[in-house]
Amino acid sequence: MAEPRRPIESGVPDPFPFMHPVLKRNYGQWNWHDRPRPGVLRHVADSGDAIWTVKAGTQRQLDVFTVRTLCEIADAFAEGHVRFTTRSNIEFMVSSEQQVAPLVERLEAAGFPVGGTGNSVSMISHTQGWLHCDIPGTDASGVVKSLMDAMHHEFTHEEMPNRVKITTSCCQINCGGQGDIAINIQHTKPPVINHDLVAGVCERPAVVARCPVAAIRPAMVNGKPSLEVDEKKCVCCGACYPPCPPMQINDPVHSKLAIWVGGKHSSTRTKPTFHKLVAAGIPNNPPRWPEATEIVLKILGAYKDGGKPWERVGEWIERIGWPRFFEVTDLPFTKYHVDNWRGSRSSLNASAQLRF
Amino acid sequence: MAKDMPKTPMLDQLESGPWPSFVSGLKRLAEAEDKPYAPMMKDLLGQLERSYETRKGYWKGGTIGVLGYGAGVIPRFSEIAGEFPASAEFHTLRIMPPAGMHYTTDILRQICDVWEKHGSGLIALHGQSGDIMLQGCKSENVQPCFDELNALGFDLGGAGAGVRTSISCIGAARCEHSCFDEAKALRLLVNAFLDEMHRPSLPYKFKFKFSGCANDCANATQRSDFAVLGTWRDDMQVDQDEVKQYVADRGRKWLIDQVLTFCPTNALSLNDDDTLEVDNRSCVRCMHCINVMTKALKPGNERGVTVLIGGKRTLKIGDLMGTVAVPFLPLETEEDYEKLLGIAQRVVEFFVENALEHERTGEMIERIGLVNFLEGIGVELDPNMVNHPRTNSYVRTDGWDEEAAKWRARKAAPRQAAE
Repeated sequence: MAEPRRPIESGVPDPFPFMHPVLKRNYGQWNWHDRPRPGVLRHVADSGDAIWTVKAGTQRQLDVFTVRTLCEIADAFAEGHVRFTTRSNIEFMVSSEQQVAPLVERLEAAGFPVGGTGNSVSMISHTQGWLHCDIPGTDASGVVKSLMDAMHHEFTHEEMPNRVKITTSCCQINCGGQGDIAINIQHTKPPVINHDLVAGVCERPAVVARCPVAAIRPAMVNGKPSLEVDEKKCVCCGACYPPCPPMQINDPVHSKLAIWVGGKHSSTRTKPTFHKLVAAGIPNNPPRWPEATEIVLKILGAYKDGGKPWERVGEWIERIGWPRFFEVTDLPFTKYHVDNWRGSRSSLNASAQLRF
Repeated sequence: MAKDMPKTPMLDQLESGPWPSFVSGLKRLAEAEDKPYAPMMKDLLGQLERSYETRKGYWKGGTIGVLGYGAGVIPRFSEIAGEFPASAEFHTLRIMPPAGMHYTTDILRQICDVWEKHGSGLIALHGQSGDIMLQGCKSENVQPCFDELNALGFDLGGAGAGVRTSISCIGAARCEHSCFDEAKALRLLVNAFLDEMHRPSLPYKFKFKFSGCANDCANATQRSDFAVLGTWRDDMQVDQDEVKQYVADRGRKWLIDQVLTFCPTNALSLNDDDTLEVDNRSCVRCMHCINVMTKALKPGNERGVTVLIGGKRTLKIGDLMGTVAVPFLPLETEEDYEKLLGIAQRVVEFFVENALEHERTGEMIERIGLVNFLEGIGVELDPNMVNHPRTNSYVRTDGWDEEAAKWRARKAAPRQAAE
């Protein structure tokens, strides 16, 4: 029998063989950039070389036919090179301005929206959902498709105060990350335990250790070793579900969506911030999630109206204050918005500074 | 005879609207009757439609891998394989992209060809950690699929309790803000930890991310255990003629409202002759003014990186941001890059020795305290690591004189890098 093939542990591939020649030639020698129109960037190097980048949205979950269509467009209109952004947008680089308009036209004709630059709403960074995750409370691609359909104009135009980065997460681990607006699963009931399976499937001490509020303890149920949950302590986070699938957290009715705002990764102007809860109890309603979409559009609209140039969503709210935010978005402010653990005092208003 | 297309009335509603539809893509794969994956994709659509009806997921994990590696393949077995047998096994291969996610159409087509032969034809570009995710591979096809991709020059990415696939911003390839060679740093660090990636044996996952400046386009601060952010130590570069041009074109009110007022430390002032005065000692390198006036302002010339440790998502103690562990490390010479690698090695070693099972670096530091962590990795304390000194008096300070003497000795020595 033939010797089995050993892997070549080559690691991260060198990008230079794949990089557009103008980028390669001016690597580390760029001078300035501007945006001639939404979806298009112009970068100029110290050498005087210029490169135009056309950015287009994709569905992220790409079939090989779509990938080949994008390759055909790149070969015919963009010198055979592409790159992808962290938010699954595709970028085509061309070395002359005359190539921009035909490329934009071809992309739009093929159904790929051109945009996502500057002060626009970029593609939603998202997770796997029902398509491929083993613990999802909702879908990812479907929620994103629904929202991006509704925000298409905001992707293809630069009309927001600053860039808007939206994320979704299909469980409370928040793999989608922090966002100016985040649409995340929020479970509202403790896990439902199949005690017949726990002993056979779960490493019980590991599950007990996984609970952030120490609400899980070992127990004998119907004569079998299992686990029980102190439902008064349980915060319904679902952390026990991945290591112990018989502790089912997903529920077709009680797994809701929550919306968070004001997350920011950059250290630009203000330090990075986490997003904050603004709405919960939103039905997880496939295939179009209309209730969540409506709230996202309402928040976006209020930000578009009220934000000053360069203010991100969180910076806008920091200026106008939370009372005004809840007023302009017409969202209820409830006891669930107030953090109530030991470290929460830093989120309380310890001052005589108030807004009316 | 060809298998029938499943009825998917809910998914069908995601084919309308202006945004590209993943459902149309899935259907196209399912309808490619001349391809081996058509039946698999029909059943995949059937199962996904079921999820839309019941609002439940039907995938479970397992153990699937390639010879010599203990990670990189995400096993997925259907819980309702009886009804959807062709997609009973639907594993993902995580493949590391070229740093910066640059591709020629030629290499993308080669990936598609391999994937069409062995898998479902469905590719996510890219996953949240930065992998090319080839989704939908039968168990028996995982090894031959990997072998062909490996021969093309690609390697599997991370999964489980190991070093994960990394990501960088576009950086030096196309951005004037870039303060170091992001692709070089990414490849140097990640490729030094391939053993920890391919044969995971850490307490939990460990992520590197690289952004060329404080704009942090790679989301490193909040999404990585080891965030490398470009910065500079000397004065920012100002082209006063270009500043005057901006004022002439857009007006003083524009400059005041959109640039000066947003400076977080009031380090900018407009002179009466429309030139810009910069208080560089107060500047925190936030990038705002440079972003707005790309022709007039640039990072300084003495460039390097800041390293933040401990960013992560919610599990288990809530989302954490990375915090400063190395305020400034020059990153220009080969020796500088080796120093960065040395820091990474010490952080990973300390993590292996001190973290609890399933504990991320940020949680470990929260449990043991930043000072103990810094001592462990051999990095000197710096006021840049805190927002402000402690506010609570319940602390033993009987080693004060000794610590104060150390500080004075350090300050008397010539300025050095982080090490």
